[in-house]
Amino acid sequence: MKRNAPLVVAFIAGLVVLVGGFIPREPFPSIESTLIDWFMIISGFAILLGQASLLHLNITRVKEKMPNWPYYLAGLISFALMLIVGLLWGMEQTPGLLGQGDGIVKSLGAKPFDYLFTNAFIPLSATMFSLLAFYIASAAYRAFIIRTFESNLLMITAVIVMLGRTSFAQLLTGWIPDKLSFLRLPELTNFIMEYPNTAAQRAILISAALGIVGASLRIILGIERSYLGGGK
Amino acid sequence: MANFMTTFGIWLAAFFTLSIFSFLYKDNPFYKFAEQVFVGLSASYWLVYTIYNILIPNLFNKLGTDFRGNLILLIPMILGILMLLRMVPKLQWLSRYPLALMIGTSAAMSMLLSFKSDFLSQMAATMVNPFSFSSPVDIVGTILMIVGTLCGVFFFYFSKKQEGFFKVPSKIGIWFLMVSFGASFGYTVMARISLLIGRLDFLLRDWLHIIK
Amino acid sequence: MKKVDRTVIERRIVFLILVLAVMLPMLFPLGLKTQSTPLTQKVYDLIESVPTGAPVILSFDYDPSVITEIQPMALALIEHAWKKGHKVIATAMWPQGPQMADRAFNEVKEKLAEQNPEAELPEYGKDYVNLGYKPGGLVTIQGMGRNMKAIFPSDITGKKYEEIPLLEKVRTLKDIRYVISLSAGDPGLRDWIMTAKGKFNVPVAGGTTAVSTPGFLPYVSDQDQLHGLLGGLKSAAEYELLMGYEGDASRGMNPQSVAHILILLLILFGNIRAARKRKADKLALEENNG
Repeated sequence: MKRNAPLVVAFIAGLVVLVGGFIPREPFPSIESTLIDWFMIISGFAILLGQASLLHLNITRVKEKMPNWPYYLAGLISFALMLIVGLLWGMEQTPGLLGQGDGIVKSLGAKPFDYLFTNAFIPLSATMFSLLAFYIASAAYRAFIIRTFESNLLMITAVIVMLGRTSFAQLLTGWIPDKLSFLRLPELTNFIMEYPNTAAQRAILISAALGIVGASLRIILGIERSYLGGGK
Repeated sequence: MANFMTTFGIWLAAFFTLSIFSFLYKDNPFYKFAEQVFVGLSASYWLVYTIYNILIPNLFNKLGTDFRGNLILLIPMILGILMLLRMVPKLQWLSRYPLALMIGTSAAMSMLLSFKSDFLSQMAATMVNPFSFSSPVDIVGTILMIVGTLCGVFFFYFSKKQEGFFKVPSKIGIWFLMVSFGASFGYTVMARISLLIGRLDFLLRDWLHIIK
Repeated sequence: MKKVDRTVIERRIVFLILVLAVMLPMLFPLGLKTQSTPLTQKVYDLIESVPTGAPVILSFDYDPSVITEIQPMALALIEHAWKKGHKVIATAMWPQGPQMADRAFNEVKEKLAEQNPEAELPEYGKDYVNLGYKPGGLVTIQGMGRNMKAIFPSDITGKKYEEIPLLEKVRTLKDIRYVISLSAGDPGLRDWIMTAKGKFNVPVAGGTTAVSTPGFLPYVSDQDQLHGLLGGLKSAAEYELLMGYEGDASRGMNPQSVAHILILLLILFGNIRAARKRKADKLALEENNG
């Protein structure tokens, strides 16, 4: 019962949407709209669940003084700080529990939530991802080695595209006569992207679409139930 | 005061930027601190936006202004609360109901939409007459696109090791995929470098004022 | 042990050279110019083709980790849409989207005010609106196709949907003349293509990070699933060029181009090193066998 009843819920929800997809007449559009409203609200709670789990995990780490616990404590403090200022004064033009916080905006130059977003969240997020530039440079040196015909193809394309998407491309191959203009790097890059790349990506899309149809049917029919968790 | 806080904010941003970059030398307390602050801020950011952008306008405001007219919204609210019970081991099974509703709805929608958009429309986009173009580059390109798409799909769908004649389309499919992966690598390099440009621009322009 | 140390040192040298390759062209710009490509032109033409007063959606489906690539696109697209007199509705599938939208709107307004202090600036609620973040990707977009107000009962200021003048005639997604999703991943552009275009036949264009650009190209076809695509900083620079100004993206193309050359050189040196190592290993093997 604990396991099968939710499968019935998934089946009915899926079936209503599927039938509504083929018969766009009442009551299906109304039922679909209701399901969408519910979906969004439940998604909101699902996000709360995610944050609550993270909080629980970090509180446990700090409580049990696990390795690196002071850092987790710093994480918890920043979590609490941003949450409190967000709830009290809101963000952007959204008012919080204490309204727009004009006084604090005057002294900070922005709402505290936006101040933290600009001066802490943005630099942390953007820098964290910019580290990838270093790793890709290192990978280019250490791992991008010619070995087989296939790796040659990959390498040649990568080189053309990398050059073709710089501002040097025109300088390097601008001298090629108009008759052979397709050999100019920017044109060659456009050609690769428009045809062979599109062909491969399209093959991936078509294959994945068939995969999605199969997986969705398995979910709706209750054959695939791993998403419910808890083993068999 | 506001001026001081603006300057302080830029120094704070520079501190966090350099703390993350310090990982490139080796793992260290500054990086660990910055990393956890990031996790904490991200989580609370998302939480605050969920409350103000979803739960308040789409649920609580509606119930608050017209409770009787929106009684039906109590169902997703209860389902949402059941979702939160996932945190309680004994009542965890109750969270399967909202989960099943969400998965069932989204599976059916994505099935219909991807079949149309990624299967039917993509097949239609491949059915082009190459010889309807006047430029030889387009003719060759379109032929390549048709052959590449068919061989790529063949490679994915007959993925067991092929022998004899059937080896050929699989092999061609792999070649096209390799060309595409090469292009993707080129584009990935471009993306990653851009992110670094952004951070160095901040350090040199906003923090150090070396470039105007 | 010694070998590991060498690897680490080599890596640090690569890192340092990369920083220099990016930093030096920022300090001493090379004045490199970029050229527009058909995919960028297609997005530009889409905006050009829509009449004044038309409601349009710019969806901010990204976070600050990719601002260098996407924010310049947002600025250029907002400026273009405003110049054409379009009513810009900002939505977001990512929670950081509303903040990104707010910043972009304010920055373009500041720029317009600087260019012409006398000019009438776009007014919030009348010329543009920020509807905030909603989760759910294609499910939510499908809901917008049925009833926009049900999905967005109010904007980020808390003002009710029906009280916002710009939204007076916008009942569903079908009343929108084009959607441009600025997208850093999932949910994002793919959901808009599948739902807004696939189900409701609203023209969709996109601006993505360069990483996901190759995967979106199959949608640019005679089926018109995607009306043009801006992919990464280069496309952002191209759009700035079409708009007739040099912004952050155009300036960024100098270090970008030099860094690409560096990566190519690293691949070359890496291969020379690998070939030498292979040769040395082969010789050692032959000696051992001999």
